[in-house]
Amino acid sequence: MKLRSAIFLASAAIALAALTLAGAPPLAANDKVDPAADAKAFQKFFRDKFPKVKFEDFVNGPYSMDEDLYRQWQEKEQFPPYEFSLEMGKEMFSKPFKNGKTYADCFPNGGIGIRQNYPYFDEKEGKVITLELALNRCREANGEPPYSYVKDEMAALTAYMAFTSRGKPMDIKIPNDPRALAAYENGKEYFYTRRGQLNFSCATCHVQSPGERIRAEVLAPALGIVNAMPIYRSEWSGMGTTSRRFTTCNSQIRAVPLSPQDDEYRNVEYYLSYVSNGLPISGPGARP
Amino acid sequence: MASTIRVRATSSGETTEVQALIQHPMDSGFVKDSKGELIPAHFIQQLTFEHDGKKVFTADWGGGVSKDPYVKFAFKGAKKGDELKISWVDNKGATDTTTAKIQ
Repeated sequence: MKLRSAIFLASAAIALAALTLAGAPPLAANDKVDPAADAKAFQKFFRDKFPKVKFEDFVNGPYSMDEDLYRQWQEKEQFPPYEFSLEMGKEMFSKPFKNGKTYADCFPNGGIGIRQNYPYFDEKEGKVITLELALNRCREANGEPPYSYVKDEMAALTAYMAFTSRGKPMDIKIPNDPRALAAYENGKEYFYTRRGQLNFSCATCHVQSPGERIRAEVLAPALGIVNAMPIYRSEWSGMGTTSRRFTTCNSQIRAVPLSPQDDEYRNVEYYLSYVSNGLPISGPGARP
Repeated sequence: MASTIRVRATSSGETTEVQALIQHPMDSGFVKDSKGELIPAHFIQQLTFEHDGKKVFTADWGGGVSKDPYVKFAFKGAKKGDELKISWVDNKGATDTTTAKIQ
């Protein structure tokens, strides 16, 4: 019976995606980019699919899907595995660069409690700026070499910034600018496009099958998935950023990953964050 | 550098429950790095918890224990406010010690 409902949900998910496929005749309802309606439909889809899950619990990924996992996680949270990274991030954040400036000088409100506003669309540059990109730009502007986007220092810094914003609802704005809407739409398209040898899209796992198992793992719902970033994954026995999650997801479906912070990845993050608006920031998170 | 050991010990009257998280690479010596070179073995060999000068818990570990190990156990005979001394020594002779108050 599971399979049949999965197929039904898959078609629901595809309908939800409402993609304007190249070459398909444009449908009146589909050729207008309407992020607000998308977010509403997206959130409704997950609420209907998981009526028992509290809305703010979706940010806990697989733990919101499985009671036993949830209990184990609650116990783990008393002694969270990301603690070492968080402490390192706190230290790094307050340590001045060689020129005497600090990260706080690059960010509004000194970088504290602002994670929920990233990624944002920069109208001057006409592109999406993620927190990771902003951090590396901050370093370069102050004459420091950039960090790797996937783990260690970058994860520690974003962990600390997320920690100071815990509980604040995700608050992504899409300015009334055709380039912003195009970036959003491009991210959405990337999210629903199948790719790789397994021919999976992001949505195949994270919209169609959250709570299902993939080998021993329980899949996380796409809703609120970015709110918990960066994460300590037991599978990695270490921390990873949003960039790391995107690249590894791509290689796991046997697709060729893009480079971290490529346009499309930043746009996907923009899309995913926008449709998770209103859910609390819960990063840094821990995942099996 | 902060201590590599995090401890939380809580007394519930008769027994004291201790949880500890230790930051350590715990390299088994069988894993290769990205260049294909073996990463030399580097693991904690002995971890001890002392209460009142008496060892209450000892772990003899090898390379099979995971990175950043987590330990949880309970023992009798301590009360709130007592001190617990935790120390480890690894196969390279490095060591770290910390004390924690039982809450």
